[in-house]
Formats: sequence, structure tokens, C-alpha cells
Amino acid sequence: MNASKTLVHLRVNGEAHALWVEPRQHLVDCLRDEIGLKGTRVGCEHGVCGACTVLLDGDIVRGCLVLAVQADGHEVQTIEGVADAGAIADLQQAFIERNAAQCGACTPGMLLTAHALLQYRPGAGREQIREQISGNYCRCTGYHAIVDAIEQARDSRGPSNASPVAAILGNLHE
Amino acid sequence: MKAPAFSYLRADTLAHASALLREHGDAARLLAGGQTLLATLNMRLSKPQLLIDIGRLEALRGIELRDGFLRIGAGVRHVDIERSAVVAQHLPLLTQAAPHVAHAAIRNRGTLGGSIAFADPAAEWPACALAADAELILGDGARERRVMAGDFFIDLYETDLRPHEVLIALEFPLPGPARRFAFAELARRHGDYAIVGIALAADVTGGVLSDLRIAFFGMGNTPMRALGAETCLAGSAADAATMSRAVDSLDEDMRPDADLHSSAAAKRHLASVLLRRAVHDILQPEPVR
Amino acid sequence: MNDVTAPAPVIDTEAQRYIGKAVPRSNVLRLTQGRGQYVDDMVLPRMLHVVYLRCPHAHARIVRIDADAARAMPGIAAIVDGRQMATVCAPWVATLKHLTGMRSPPQHALAIDRATWQGEAVLAIVGQTRALAEDALDAVTVEWEPLPAAVHMDTALDTATPVIHPELGSNLCFHREIDTGGVEAVFDGADVVVEDVFRFGRHTGVTLEPRALLADFAPADRRLTVHHSHQAPHMMADLYARQLGLDEADVRVICRDVGGSFGIKVHAYADDFATVALSVMLGRPVKFVADRLESFVTDVHAREHRIKARLALAKDGRMLAFQIDDLTGIGPYSMFPRTSAIEGNQVLNITGGPYKHTHYRAALDVVFLNKVQTSQYRGVGHPIACTVTEGLVDLAAARLGIDPLELRRRNVMEDDSYPRTGASGILLEGLSHQACLDRLETMMDYAALRREQTALRAQGVHRGIGIAALIELTNPGPAFYGVGGARIAAQDGATLRLDPTGVVHCATGVGEQGQGTETIFAQIAADTLGVPITSVRVLTGDTAATPYGGGTWASRGAGIGGEAVLLASRQLRHNLLELAAAHLKRPAEGLHIVQGQVSCLMTGEALIALAELGRIAYFRPDLLPAGYQPELVVTRHYAQRDYPFVFTNGVQASYVEVDVETGFVKLLRHWVVEDCGRVLNPMLVDEQIRGAVVQGIGGVLYEECLYDDNGLMRNGSMADYLVPMACEMPDIEVAHIETPTRTSQLGAKGAGEAGTAGAPAAVLNAINDALRPFGAHVSDQPVTPERVLRALGRI
Repeated sequence: MNASKTLVHLRVNGEAHALWVEPRQHLVDCLRDEIGLKGTRVGCEHGVCGACTVLLDGDIVRGCLVLAVQADGHEVQTIEGVADAGAIADLQQAFIERNAAQCGACTPGMLLTAHALLQYRPGAGREQIREQISGNYCRCTGYHAIVDAIEQARDSRGPSNASPVAAILGNLHE
Repeated sequence: MKAPAFSYLRADTLAHASALLREHGDAARLLAGGQTLLATLNMRLSKPQLLIDIGRLEALRGIELRDGFLRIGAGVRHVDIERSAVVAQHLPLLTQAAPHVAHAAIRNRGTLGGSIAFADPAAEWPACALAADAELILGDGARERRVMAGDFFIDLYETDLRPHEVLIALEFPLPGPARRFAFAELARRHGDYAIVGIALAADVTGGVLSDLRIAFFGMGNTPMRALGAETCLAGSAADAATMSRAVDSLDEDMRPDADLHSSAAAKRHLASVLLRRAVHDILQPEPVR
Repeated sequence: MNDVTAPAPVIDTEAQRYIGKAVPRSNVLRLTQGRGQYVDDMVLPRMLHVVYLRCPHAHARIVRIDADAARAMPGIAAIVDGRQMATVCAPWVATLKHLTGMRSPPQHALAIDRATWQGEAVLAIVGQTRALAEDALDAVTVEWEPLPAAVHMDTALDTATPVIHPELGSNLCFHREIDTGGVEAVFDGADVVVEDVFRFGRHTGVTLEPRALLADFAPADRRLTVHHSHQAPHMMADLYARQLGLDEADVRVICRDVGGSFGIKVHAYADDFATVALSVMLGRPVKFVADRLESFVTDVHAREHRIKARLALAKDGRMLAFQIDDLTGIGPYSMFPRTSAIEGNQVLNITGGPYKHTHYRAALDVVFLNKVQTSQYRGVGHPIACTVTEGLVDLAAARLGIDPLELRRRNVMEDDSYPRTGASGILLEGLSHQACLDRLETMMDYAALRREQTALRAQGVHRGIGIAALIELTNPGPAFYGVGGARIAAQDGATLRLDPTGVVHCATGVGEQGQGTETIFAQIAADTLGVPITSVRVLTGDTAATPYGGGTWASRGAGIGGEAVLLASRQLRHNLLELAAAHLKRPAEGLHIVQGQVSCLMTGEALIALAELGRIAYFRPDLLPAGYQPELVVTRHYAQRDYPFVFTNGVQASYVEVDVETGFVKLLRHWVVEDCGRVLNPMLVDEQIRGAVVQGIGGVLYEECLYDDNGLMRNGSMADYLVPMACEMPDIEVAHIETPTRTSQLGAKGAGEAGTAGAPAAVLNAINDALRPFGAHVSDQPVTPERVLRALGRI
């Protein structure tokens, strides 16, 4: 068996990375430990809790159930990248206003999952929202506020672009 | 937990994958979507020496109509089935079942072939394959072999897939105009493995059922057809007495074991409830498209 | 005691622009960017990772450990067993003196000779990465001699059951009784007696961020820094110092972002001491992050109880007496330092709490089992006490033919009858059961729901309404732990400091794990000082930088920490006005602070900015009168000493639909009316309540640690241990009644746990209400479809 490190090329948040990884290293550990992007969390490593959610070629996936070597040549986006690009500014704003994040551990996964839903189903109703986030475990909020926040973002999404992150920083302090 | 060390190779062709399987035997595992395999490895429940990645094989791709069949490649993701207009039009059973397969993020990676080959007794696709008379195409790059779904699932996690073979595709005969489907499962939480589930197919003509396939999952080591109930209900409009006999016959066809959360008695009871509900659903007038 | 009938004092602040408002938390922005700072995110130079080899048996002698092959594997720095670890880390005993007669033997950081639960660590493997350490773990061979285990609490005290600690003579950890006297006579003479046996499934917290710590021992000056995902940094600093023979002055514990705790992370685990000891032994940083499988067999479990209970009433519905017999199964050791007897103790104290009855008898047996250790978990005994109480009340209502809401109305303590003492001896300051019941009735439109229920029943749709009145202890004084000898602070302090830039820094010993405590403190400081909230920075969770405090537990953060912030802020304001007066040569009484400016009280004219005052105080004291030294740093402490605890009250209702063919329960809606005193931030309180309710729902419908007869946990993974997920949870409507506590000027009580206390009772009662036409009844939690089907006789 040759389990030694192999070279993979990943595009992460728009940046190219060439990394030597063991085949067994999953994508989240690679992002956290090799690249230093700590926003994606490890919650269970059996694909149930959703804390490890990242975007792989634009699709939400469980980062703990993707090997880094499988992602070779593919595009990965983490919460940092998606947030900094301004793509979820309305969701972030809604989460802040509605206090849909408490300890924050589920928040990156929730935001990416909500973002994926609103892209695919912009008119998603409350039940569909609950169904979409049914694979993301939250222990703090009881989900109600998260659903409210996603509805708020849904309602504010229109053909216009999302407001930049800087505007949120301004908005936060009344 | 962190997975134990293993090597990783990407198969370029089916033949390559098969050759690697022959070479390494039990020390190798095929990796497609990895949604089951990688979780198993993360928990160190299994320690293969080599993963053979078949995720990029062209031969396993595609959803297409071909010679009166709907052919779905083993490498097709659950989400692709869920969103396929072709599937929705021609085999809506799969469209009904897809949202129950785990959660969106899993469906974006997991594959039809992975689910069929792993054959979890509580999984949706194996039962759908039974109910829709699917034929499985297996091969090693040189030769192909075809096995009916009913002959493929042998025992708990045991299928007719030979050690050097790769599941290539499923072919579903296109249903006739009278064919209807119903699907239901009972799970404690949406996306969990089912406690009990049913995939039902039948011709419905003038409110009368015929040519039934009643496939249960979660009721045994493999998906199971309720042959007695199929016979009972054939030629009937599922009147109360016939329905009752069909329910009684379930006990002859299925002897479920208890699982972690449900007793055998509960499963048998829930199966009968699902049978009644699914038959009721299948007899409802179709919504006008 | 304070006079609760007098009007509540207005909080003396400059302006109330933030207190009482739904101010969003400034913490949330970085959490939405993935920029939280959790322990596992930290990397230190030469950091190592530890993996623990855990006993796979419920009870076993460790015959031999062979780690030679493991030691030689790549990246392995050390492998340490229990004996070696005991040279560095002392064992501990988890008892409290005021729990009279409580016994628990000494427990070590790593088991020596014998492991007593599946999951107990016996060997530490330290490697460069977690993966390498796990590889080495696979190469260790352990020869175990399995021993007979005590697995079932019902038989734990039987002579045939193995005694886990022979030196104790039995598996009894703690026994307690309450008896008002005359109870038997009341039951004998009562018109109606209802009784039931309630069972509660053992379950656990499942924090999304698992337990984690990074221990960093600097050998040169023997200083220890521990980055810990924890609720009580000062308590841990004290314990690390004690157990490892370090000076507490040289131990610093830092808690930054904590990814969920709920009490699970308020305890001192064997793993914690072991990890710290390893850092001391190796002189390098050592990180431990429990993986999920490990969490299920090491995180504290809770709530494994069987309670036989009865209630005596007169035929007009007056409650006369409660009696309970509580048996609870804990682990093989009481949990350090808060013990495993507090939960049962609280069941005894809290049962019957809302009601006026005067007779009460209760008995508690806490028994050792070879299962995971148990201790405080959100609600601590309250969910159990409330379920038992409210379940009996509903049985009584059905028996007497009185509406359940009405029966409660007739029996709750009147809103104007405080202070008073409950039958169990608890002291109650000022509660509002009547107002809450009234509000609930309106908010849920109870009458309309009953009509809907009746109409739907006729169509074969079975819905149920369940109500639960509750009391919840908050703002504890030293009665909880201090009196028992535990070094757990019952007071808290806040240091407020004005910097030369005009920014106000607030440091407190109470911490934040997502509930919003930091924001609430900023609100209090901002209003009291008269500054915009953007000028306030709050620091928590660092023993080197905050006053000595208790951290977060028993819903004390807002009430106790907040009061300290208020007192310190007020003194700082006084000092600032004195400084302004000295500098401006005007009387201080004619000044106040508005939006960060010292202004004339009469004319409103802005006279000088706080930033300018700061500049003068720090850089230009030559401009100030001789003999006058400004003091712009103020610390104040607060301890609640009027009552052992300040109780809150509330009432919840659940509306469910039971599918009587499948046994599945659908939660349609949930309502909460909560009185937690003055509400400092309604949004944060509401969200605490919602999260707490769903956690309670987890216990009543989904969660149970399933053990087999060999004492092995069968469902220790996220796939098989069922936590509530979004699809099955209802929307939860929350309303508030505010009865400020007079034990503090702020008047705020705690709000974090009440949701969990009442939800199981409300849901259980709703299910039974739905099943009533069938003569079916459930009283075992979690209420699985299986249990409903059996109750209905379908299987």
C-alpha cells in the first residue's frame, strides 16, 4: 500500500492551491489544516450534522465525506469565500437581525445550505426551508429564528445585487 | 475519528477498475459518491488498503431513454435523478422517492449505483428498483451481465455483484399508460433511514389494480416484495375485505427483525399501515397535468 | 427580604435606549463569516494531539496494556497510562458536604487497574496529528478481564447486583427525604388520588462543537494556559492548580467562542485533567478535541429517572399533597465538582412547585451504575419535576372532569401572595402564575383550540393540548455549591474602564456561549453611562483579565453578572461626572452624560466629550485641581444573598396531532409565557427560550442513550442518537410577563433553562390529551411511535 501524500490542485475561494495531502484526509481537514480556513467546522465526521458544509463546484456537500484527492481539479468555496464575495450579505444581515446564530457552530453550514436553496428555489416557503435545512443540526436556536431569517432574506432577494459586506458593518451599529 | 491510511487510485476505464479489483481483492473498495464508504472509514469500521475512484468514469453517466427503457447510469447522483425532467415524466416513482434520500448535501454526491451496490435494507433505491422491474447492468469492461433487481439483493449488504464487477447502469422498462406509482416511508426525522417504507407500482384501469409490484424496505435484510399482497389485490379495487386479506398476507412474506428503535411487531404493524395508505394513494384520480 | 408588593424600582440609568430593546449582537457578524474563534481553530508551535484509548466494556479489570508497537509508530510523542499520570495529577472526590451522606470514591484522570464504564479512558496516546495518534491507538493491545456490571437502576441496590465500589458497601451514592409530616393521613382522607410511574430516558447534550481544550504548559516559569471550550474558567483554573500542584496564580484559563455547552461544558472531566497533565509532563501544548463517537460515551449524561408519584385532591379540585419516590441512575463516580446528586436533589425541591398544597413527601435514591457519568445538563431536574407534577395534574383534571387550565388556575399560588415558601421548603420571592395562565389562554386562543380538537376528533383526527406550569431556579446564591465546600464562585464582578479614546471596556467573570450575555452587558453599561453601545467593548472568559467570577450556569449570567456591570457602570459614571465637575469647575449634580458627552442637565448643552475627559485624565492631570486623582477604572461585585435562588415561573402549551395508526406525533405549535423578571433584551430571551424548548422536545420525543444488558451504549452516533432537526420542530410563540426581582436593582432573573423545564411536560400532556378518547396513556420518555402504538393496543 502506498498511502503517502499525493499532489492535488484545488481552487479554494478563487485561489489556486497545490497541496500534498494523504489520500485519507477529508476535504474539511484539508481546508482547516493545510490552508488554514477555519470557518468550516467538524461536528461528527459521519455526514449527519452538516457543520462541515462547503460548496464543491457550486453544490453544497458534506466536507467530511469528500476526500481532498477527490476534489483535485475542482472548485471549493468555504463560508469565508462566499461571505467575503458578498453573495450572502442579505442572509448574514437577516441572521444578525433575527439572532439566528447563537454559538455560531452551525452557522456557516446553515448559511451555505440556505444560500443553495434560495438559488435553486427563490420562492421557497417555510416548510421547504425547514426541509432544506433538515440536514443541519442546531442545538441553540431551535430552528425557528433560522427559518425566519431565511424567509427574510428570501423576501429581500430580487433581481438586484446583494449589498456588500461593508454595508452590514455600518448597518449593525444603528 | 480520522480514517485509517489507504492508497487511492483513479480508474480511467471500467476495465482498469475491474483489473484493480481483481488484483487487490478484498483489500480494495470502489469509491463513487463516498457518502456511505467515507463515513464508514471515518469511524474506522473498515480498513481497506486501496480506494478505487470510479467517480469520473463516463461509462457510468447519463439519464436517457433508449429502446423503450429508461437507462440511468450507476454514477448518476441522487440529485440528478431528483431534478430530472425525463425521470419525472417517465418514472415518477423515482422522483417521489428522491427527496427522502438523506439530505440535499448528501444527494449532491451520493450515487444511484452506490446505493444499489451497498444495499442498505432501509434504503429507497433498491426497493424502487424492485417495484419498477429494473434490470441491473454489471460489467468489468470486457463483458456485461444483466441481473433483474429481484435476483440481485441476496442478503444483508450482500448482492450478486461479483468481486471484480462494477455496477454500470439500471434499465427500467418504460411504464405503460395505465401504470401508476406510490411511495411512502416512515422515518422519525426527515432524511433518516426509514423504519419502514413502500414503493408501489400497479396498472390502474377503471379503478381496478393489476400487475402489482409491492416492494417494502426496512422489513428485512433486503428489499422485499409482498407477493401475497400483490396476488390478493390483483384484479380488485382494494375493497375492505381484499385489503384486509392483503394485510394479513404480509406476515407470510416478511418477518422483520427488531432494529434499534422499533420492535418487529411495530414494523409489521407499520407495514400494514403503509400498504393501506399506498394503495389508497395509487387509486386516487391522477391530477390533471 | 424585599417588599415584592411595592412597584419595581426604575433602573437608574442615564437613558434607556438599549435595555429592554431587541438589540442585535455584534458577535453574530463574525460568526456569519466563519470567523468564530473556537479551541480547535487554535494552533500553537510544537502542538501535539491526544487520543484516549477507552474501555470497550462496561466494567473491566485492566490486565495488561502493550503499547510497545504503538510507541514506535510515526509521530508518536508519548504514551501514558493511569499510574504514570497519577504522579502528576491527583485524584478527586466529587461530593458536596451539604448533600449529607453522599458518597463517591476517588476518580483518576486515567483509570488505574479497573475501568468502570464503556468510554472510560485508560491510556493517552500523544502524537503530531490526531490521525497518527489514532493509528497508534490501533496498534495498542489491551488485555481486559470483563467484570459483572451494574446496568439497571431498578436493581442497582439488589443484593444480586455487583457492587461497583466494594468499599462503599452498596451502589447507593446519595439518599434524601423531604417530609412535611401528615402526608399519609392526607392521602388516606382525600376524595381523589391520582398516581403514575414516570420514566425518563437517559440522554445527553450533543453540543455541536465537541468538548475541546488546548493545554499549554510553559516549563520555564511553570505557567499553564488552557484554552478551553467551557463555561466556568475560574473554576477550572482553580481545579487545574489543585489537581496538578500548580499555583493558581500561574494558571490562566481562556474561553473564547464556545460552540454550544448547555451545562455539558461546565464540568471538570477526567479528559481535561489528563490533557493538562500531559502538557505539564511534555512541556508542550497538547490539544484534545473529543470526536463525536467519543462524545457520546464521555460527555455527561443526564435525566435517567424512574419516579413513582401521586397527588391527593379534594373533589373541588384543591390539591392537598404530592408524594414522589425518585430513583436515578448515575455513572460509577459522581461527576466533579458539581456532583451527580444535584439533579435528583432538584427533582425533590421543584416537584409541585407552582401549587399551594402544604403536604409533601419525597424520597430520592441516587445509585451508581457502570454507565457514562451524569451531572448537570440544561434544566437540571426541572424537566423531570415539571413532567411529574404536570402529568399528575392532568390525570387529576381528567378524573375530576375539570378543565386542565381551570384546575391549574384553582391551585397555583396567587400572584399577590409572595414572598412565600413552597411545600418542599423552597423560598419564592415574587411569581406570576395567574398572569401567565391568563396570557397563555389568550395567546393560544385556548377555547378555539378545544373546539377545533372536538371537531377534528369527529373526523378521526386526534389532536391534543398539553399545558405545563413551571418554576425554574435562577440567580443562585452560595446555597448551590459554596456551602457544600466547592470552590465555585456564587458572586461575580465587573470591571468598567474608560480609555483615553472614550471607549468603555467591560470585563466580567460571566461568559458567553451564544446566549448573548456580552451584548446584554454592553446594553447595561451603555445605558448606565450614557454612551452609544458602539463605544462599549465587553471581555469575558479570561481568568487573567476579568474579576474572579462564577461563569455561566443555573441561568445566572444576566441577573448576577448584569448587576455587577450595572453597579460598576454606575460608579464609573459618578467618577466621570466628578472628573468633569473638577475640570469644568461646575457642580457634578448639574451634569449628566448623553451620547458620550457630558452635558448640562438643565440646558442640554454638550460641555465635554468623554474622550476628551479621558485624554485629560490619562495625559494631562496637570490640568486638574491639586489633590484630586480621577479614577476611571471601577470594579464592583454582586452576590445574590437574599434567597438560595431567585425563582422564575412560566407556563407552556403544546398542540400536537397523533397519528393513531403509526404512533407518530406531529408538533403543530408551541407557546411559552415566561416571567424572568425584567427583560433586558427580548430577542435574546425569546431565542434562548426557543432553543431551550426544542432541547426539551428532544428529551420527550427523540433522545435516549440506549444501553444493552451488558452496559454498552448501542446508539452512540449522530445517525442513531436522534436529536431534533428542523423539519419536525414547531414554530414557538413567546410572550413575557415581567415581575422584576427585588434582590437586585436590575431586577433581571435568568431565562436560559425554563424552556427545557416545561417543554417535555407540555408535550407529554398533549399526547395524553390526544389519546384520552382511546383510554390510552403514556408516561415513559422518549415517547416513541412504538410506545404510542403499545399504549393504543395496536401492537
